[in-house]
Order: sequence, then structure tokens, then C-alpha cells
Amino acid sequence: MSKIISFPHIGSYYIPVKYFFSNITNQEILVPPPITKKTKNLGCKYSPDFVCVPFKYNLGNYIEALEQKANILVQAGGGCRYGYYAELQEQILRDLGYKFTFVNFIHNNHVSIFKIYKFAKQQNHKLNIFKYFYYLISALTILVTMDLLDKYYRKLSPFEEVKSSFKQQKTIYEKKLLQTTGIIKTISLYFKYKKIYKNIKINKPSNHLKVVMLGELYSLMEPYSSYNIEQKLMDYNVEITRHTTMTYLLLQKKFKLRYYLYKARHYIKYHLGADATESVALTLKYAKKKYDGIVHIKSFGCTPELNATSILDKISSDYDIPVVHFSFDASDSETGMITRIEAFYDMLINKRNSR
Amino acid sequence: MKVGIPTSLLYYRYKYLWITYFTKLNCKIVKPSPTTIKTINLGNIYSPDETCLPYKIYMGQIYELLDKCNYIVVPRICSYNNKENVCVRFNGLYDNVVNCFKTNNILTYNIDQKKNKLSYLSFIKMGLKINKNIFKVINSYIKALIIQKKYNKNNHNYQEQLLSITNKKVLLVAHPYLIEEPYFSKEIINYLTNNNITILHAYKLHHKIAKKLSLSISPTLYWTYSKELIGAIKYYYEHIDGIIFLTTFPCGPDSLVNELMIRKIEDKPTLNLIIDESTSTAGLETRLESFLDIINTKEKHYE
Repeated sequence: MSKIISFPHIGSYYIPVKYFFSNITNQEILVPPPITKKTKNLGCKYSPDFVCVPFKYNLGNYIEALEQKANILVQAGGGCRYGYYAELQEQILRDLGYKFTFVNFIHNNHVSIFKIYKFAKQQNHKLNIFKYFYYLISALTILVTMDLLDKYYRKLSPFEEVKSSFKQQKTIYEKKLLQTTGIIKTISLYFKYKKIYKNIKINKPSNHLKVVMLGELYSLMEPYSSYNIEQKLMDYNVEITRHTTMTYLLLQKKFKLRYYLYKARHYIKYHLGADATESVALTLKYAKKKYDGIVHIKSFGCTPELNATSILDKISSDYDIPVVHFSFDASDSETGMITRIEAFYDMLINKRNSR
Repeated sequence: MKVGIPTSLLYYRYKYLWITYFTKLNCKIVKPSPTTIKTINLGNIYSPDETCLPYKIYMGQIYELLDKCNYIVVPRICSYNNKENVCVRFNGLYDNVVNCFKTNNILTYNIDQKKNKLSYLSFIKMGLKINKNIFKVINSYIKALIIQKKYNKNNHNYQEQLLSITNKKVLLVAHPYLIEEPYFSKEIINYLTNNNITILHAYKLHHKIAKKLSLSISPTLYWTYSKELIGAIKYYYEHIDGIIFLTTFPCGPDSLVNELMIRKIEDKPTLNLIIDESTSTAGLETRLESFLDIINTKEKHYE
């Protein structure tokens, strides 16, 4: 029986993951079908009631992948509750009667690159440590360049003259990125599209609104789980700043966390767990920079972000910066979210005019 | 000097440690009045809506204690050893209290063995805020530790004695702050004892034994408090007739751990009770009644 490896979705990060695993294991990689309502319903049906939403989406992805004959599943989420997902997800899928091998790359609450190497070596005997690190570095290059380009996307696309001209280029870029073979090609592709992005005509007003998005990682990086709140704000011509990306989580977090705690020292004395410390520090940073507003999003019941919530409210009243909290569950409606984001936008405009 | 200790969350785990420590330092201990709806409503003002019920009660109790005493004890706990964490709720406890109530009259200590191997010393540092005599502080800390250990051992031994009783036995798997809080567990425990059921508490098992046994059920589990509960299932498995899981509504660790346990336990009846702000006693009683029926009929079935 041929081996087909599959993994859960998070945003468009399936591109580096697919590149990495197909090269190191030499097996077929199945990218699960994009998240739809069906995925959500499947996940909700078999998950515990009040678990956080990423669990439900991941489970839905696994079930859809298994139905397309995948037989090796991979989980690599670490931190807070993510680290324990793997064991329960495996148990639920086994109880449903699927046959598969489940591989968990978490060691001591972090993704362990040696566990991945061990797994890849089992699948592909020709692999050696040099090859492995070459592919690891080139996968990371793909990831970093994607995030860098996304930064431009968030900065420029709200002010485009022709609607969805940025989005078209982005989809083409992602399609091309899927076929890259090495580091040099990835980097040249990045510079090419950076140029293209800069050449698209934009009409940037001098007094545009600036909003910061922060909160829990999955809701921020997976547009479907937050009803694409980021794109909706961009449609209102709002410039968005977002710090939580895969690059930050995998490469920068270790070094930056202490700095963030120092920056937020007037409000918090200790780390609040997961990404909550960053939330507090960044809110403070942008409040001092006189940004217009802060959108704090999380999945329902996310404990670390709840720790930050009441502190964010305090900063909001101290520095006079509006903070809106969104928490997403699998069963709430998109319309309610749109109404709230519209009201928030109107409030920002009024506040700007009254100054 | 008066020191206030909220009884929700960590109190029942460190009861004797805290009480002997502060009484030895010539402090008077103030406890909040028993939990009612009023406490929860007060707590609701000071906490986000999605937080768990014990946390809301905790905030309500702190509001009550603020005027009654000079200091309030709010620990910050992160990890007890290199490989384990506790629920993230306890990481932000101190900062949340300080920011919500805007006071500085808070005694805190920080246990984070992952980052700082000497973090237990912060308990002594906390005592120096009340009493400047370091020898007295260390002395009372050691005495308090001994008394807390004795109490834990007694709890464990008492439960061992219960095993020899021929009654039907049910294992109650829940955090101590749920079982010892009468607001949550009074009806459940009353109902079970009235029906001649012996209750074994998972949290009373010796922590070291529980942690070791938990590895065989769930190898990747890393929450210390959950580990201590799960190990008890393995330890008492032969002696019990059924298992009751008790949680409050959006409890993070329990949402995953209890589900996994229910899926893994095959030949013992289990009951998953979730308590909410609006849980009615009638609903609880019906579920407990049918659970006891299952236990009783199961035995007949085997005979």
C-alpha cells in the first residue's frame, strides 16, 4: 500500500509544509481540501463541547484527508492546549474506525526537528542529515518570504485602485510558489512579486485609519475561522498591522518574548502564557504610537488571551485607544461579526473626525 | 495584621501550608463568606464572560476581602518541574488581580521551576514583606511544609481505609476547588452519601504515585493538576464501580483530558457532569439517579 501523508491546514502555510515533507520523505503528500462548512461540521460533530475551535477545524481536516485515502497523519501544534491535541485526535479518529498512523512532532511542548528527522528517515532511507537541513532551510525560506510579502499585501492592498488586483497577484504567486525547487528560485520569486506589488496603482489618503490585529494564533492566521475579518477591514480602506505570523512563532518568539515582557512591565509582572504577553506589549506599543484601534481576536474559551483581556481593557481606558474583542466559535454567525466590525469602523471614523 | 485568603482555586491544595505559615508569622487569617450567587455576580463584573466559574468566584471573593484585611494572598504558578505546566489561568492570576482591583496590597510568590530552579524561595521572600526576621520566616515555612505534608498523607491513608468497605464505590475525578467548594458539590455529595455510596476523591491520592501512574494512561499529558487526577483512575480502578467527572463550563485542560479518559475507560460506567452558572439541581439529580441505576443493574447483569 502506498503511503500518503496529510496534515491540517493553517492559512496558506501548506505550501512550505508540502514542499518540506515531499522532499524529505519522498512519499505522496495530500493537501487536505480547503476548509469549508463541511469541514467545520465534521469537526464539531466528533469533538468535545467546549474545546477551542482549532481542534475542531483540525479534526475536520483529518477526516476529509482520511476519506481521500491518506494514511499517515501529522500533528505539530505546541503550546497551551495545542500540545495535547494529538493524543485526543488520534483516539477520536481510531474510535471512528479509520486505519492510519499518527505522528506527533511535539516534544516537551515544542516542535522537535529531531523527531521529524527520525520520522523522515523511516520513510526514506536515502535521507541524510545534510539533505535534511538543506530542505529545512529552504522550507523556512519559503515561509519567511511568504510572510514578508504578506506584510506588503497588508500595507498596500487596502488602497488599491482596481478592486482585488492584489488578490489576483497573490493567488498567482502562491501557485508559482508551490512549484519552487530551491532557495534561489524562492528568493527571486519574492523579489519579482515585491516589484509587481509596488507597481500596482494605489490611492493612499494621508489620513487613513490604522488598526492592529492581535490575539490567538489560529484565528489570526486561518482566515476561514475568523470569517476573513482581516480582508473585511481591508475593504474599508483600513491599514492593518499584524505581528503574529509563522515566522514570528517559529523563529523570533524565543528571543523577543523577554523584550515584550520588559516593555509591558508597568502592567504585567509575569508571562501570561502563550501569546498573551505579546498582546499586552503590542497594545501598549501601538497605543503610544497613537494608532486608531485594536482588534483582539481569539477562539472561544482561549485561556491565555482571556488572561490578557482585562489588562487590554485597562490599557484601553488609560491611553484612550478603542479595543474590540472578538471570540470565534464554530457555531456563531458571520452577520453578527460583520455588524460589530461595521460599528467599530464607524466609531473609529467618528473619533477621528471629532479630534 | 490581617491576611485574606480567597478560598477558590488553589486554597484547598495549600490550605495548611498557608494557614500555619501566616499564623506563625503572627497574622490573623480572614476568609471570605460562603459562596453564593452574589459572589458570582460580583466576580462577573471583574472578569471576562468566557472565564471559568471558579475564577469568577475568586474575583468576587477578592472584592469582598479588599476592605477587610491588609494583604491578600494571590500566588502565581507556572510549572513545578521541567516537563510539566499548569493551566494557563494560574499564570496570569496575579497580574489580572492587580490590574482589575488596582491595589498593591497583594502577597505573591512565583513558582516557575522551568525558568528558575530556586523559585520556591519566593515563598520566603513573600514572608519577609510581613516579618523582617528571616529566621522566623524560614522556621515557619519549614513547619508549615511539614504540617501540609502530614495532612496530605492523612488524606491518602484515610482513603486507603475506605477501600476495605464493601459498599459501592464511586471515584470523583475533579479539582479540589470544585469538590471542597460547597456551592458546586454539596448536592452531588449529599445525594451519593444518602444512597449508601462511598466516595473516593481522585485528588486525595498521593501526588507522586498519581503522576507515575498517569504516564501509562496518557503519555503526552503535561498539566500537573490533571496528571494527579488521572493517575487516581488507574490506582483505584479495581476497587471502584463507577467514575464521575466533574468540571465547570469552559475549563481548558478538562475539556480535552476528560473526553480522552471517557473514551479510554471501557468497562466502567462514567458520568460527565458539567457545572454552569445556571445549572439546576433537578437536572443533576436525574443524571445521578440514572447513573446509580446503571451501577446497580450492571452488577445484577453479571450475576
